[in-house]
Amino acid sequence: MSGVRVLVGTKKGAFILTADGKRENWQVTGPHFAGWEMYHLKGSPVDPNRIYASQTSGWFGQQIQRSNDGGLTWEPVDHAFKYEGELSTHQWYDGTQHPWEFKRIWHLEPSLTDPDVVYAGAEDAALFQTKDGGKSWQEFPGLRQAKGHLWQPGAGGMGLHTIVLDPTDPKRIFVAISAAGCFRTDDGGETWKAINKGLKSQYELPDPNAEVGHCVHRIAMHLSRPKVLFMQKHWDVLRTDDAGEFWQDVSGNLPSDFGFPIDVHAHEPETIYVVPIKSDSEHFPPEGKLRVYRSRTGGNEWEALTQGLPQENCFVNVLRDAMAVDSLDACGIYFGTTGGQVYASSNAGDSWKPIVRDLPAVYSVEVQTLNGR
Amino acid sequence: MSAIRVVLPFHLRTLARITGDEVELEVGVATLGAVLDAVEARYPVLRGAIREEGTLRRRPFVRYFACQEDFSHEPAETPLPAAVISREEPLMIIGAMAGG
Repeated sequence: MSGVRVLVGTKKGAFILTADGKRENWQVTGPHFAGWEMYHLKGSPVDPNRIYASQTSGWFGQQIQRSNDGGLTWEPVDHAFKYEGELSTHQWYDGTQHPWEFKRIWHLEPSLTDPDVVYAGAEDAALFQTKDGGKSWQEFPGLRQAKGHLWQPGAGGMGLHTIVLDPTDPKRIFVAISAAGCFRTDDGGETWKAINKGLKSQYELPDPNAEVGHCVHRIAMHLSRPKVLFMQKHWDVLRTDDAGEFWQDVSGNLPSDFGFPIDVHAHEPETIYVVPIKSDSEHFPPEGKLRVYRSRTGGNEWEALTQGLPQENCFVNVLRDAMAVDSLDACGIYFGTTGGQVYASSNAGDSWKPIVRDLPAVYSVEVQTLNGR
Repeated sequence: MSAIRVVLPFHLRTLARITGDEVELEVGVATLGAVLDAVEARYPVLRGAIREEGTLRRRPFVRYFACQEDFSHEPAETPLPAAVISREEPLMIIGAMAGG
């Protein structure tokens, strides 16, 4: 029998939510690593019991934890993230150059083919990789050569928050960096190219053709179409059909095109989901109504999904790593809020219910579809 | 060799799977830096959690106290007080009260 396991990272620990394939009755375990900020947890696609977790603290720094049994037990692995080569600088708030300083790991992306290979996105922005299950980490310093001297941290920090692996080409990786933009490598990480043409950031960047500096919040891909990517930017929802060479605005009839997460239906590559947020000044849903918006046309035409979600007095936010989809039929959609709720839909978004509703602020949500439980 | 009692903060005891409130470590020279080296040698998971890796600078929200004195800003070669060397008092490594 199939089942699902939802991995939730919060401001004060990690939680694991499990259900069978009906997704009606949920068991909640945790907090794991109580009191620590759990930025992200993600399992290996080829070995679901292998899970990696980013554990961080303003007091005690960065740890990486690894589980080999689906989150029942954990062991710390290497947490030394050293920038390679000569330490470069990026733009600081006052326009001067500032050296790269490691702060934390925002996102962990296990390889699609090898459970010992994991990519890690860091603040200050950099991409690291382990090839030995976390015993050691190495940086891809070529990424910082993609006009890194012009990158500048946003209010949330200069974090590499999104890593998308191409299932058809192991040498192609997409990353997104807060307040720097999107980047792609086609040679396994040695060299990188900014892929931000078509992005417009008129209130943030005076140069309409700026190659970098765009505040990309999240990108998502359907595994069957690796050249098609969807993006939630600080403002605007966009798509590319040529692996990032050009992006076009598909915000359409959204009530606000500001937001953080974006994801793609597991079986319908043109069905995408966003959670509109009123503005960058007011990080809560428009009109106090928590609505997921779904487009079945790859953007431009959007419908509000409200059944089971609070439609009054709701002022939570949904962060960029806090939405995920399972691969059951019908597709399940999950998202967590800064108010500590994790909502799930087992019918592709038509209706929702909270799995759990009083966790610490949710930073990240990932889901694993399990077979044979 | 001296045996030094060391108190670690809750989160680091949990991380290092230490049961009890304090640990005891042998050091050749009873200095602040030698004790911190010994902590990290016995519990490698704590490397980087008390002092930054590489620079060995104290993390901003970690503090060192002994015999009701603040040793946080003292250099690594600072000798520990006699009461710590005689095991009457522990060296305390604590997370700073840095809430708000």
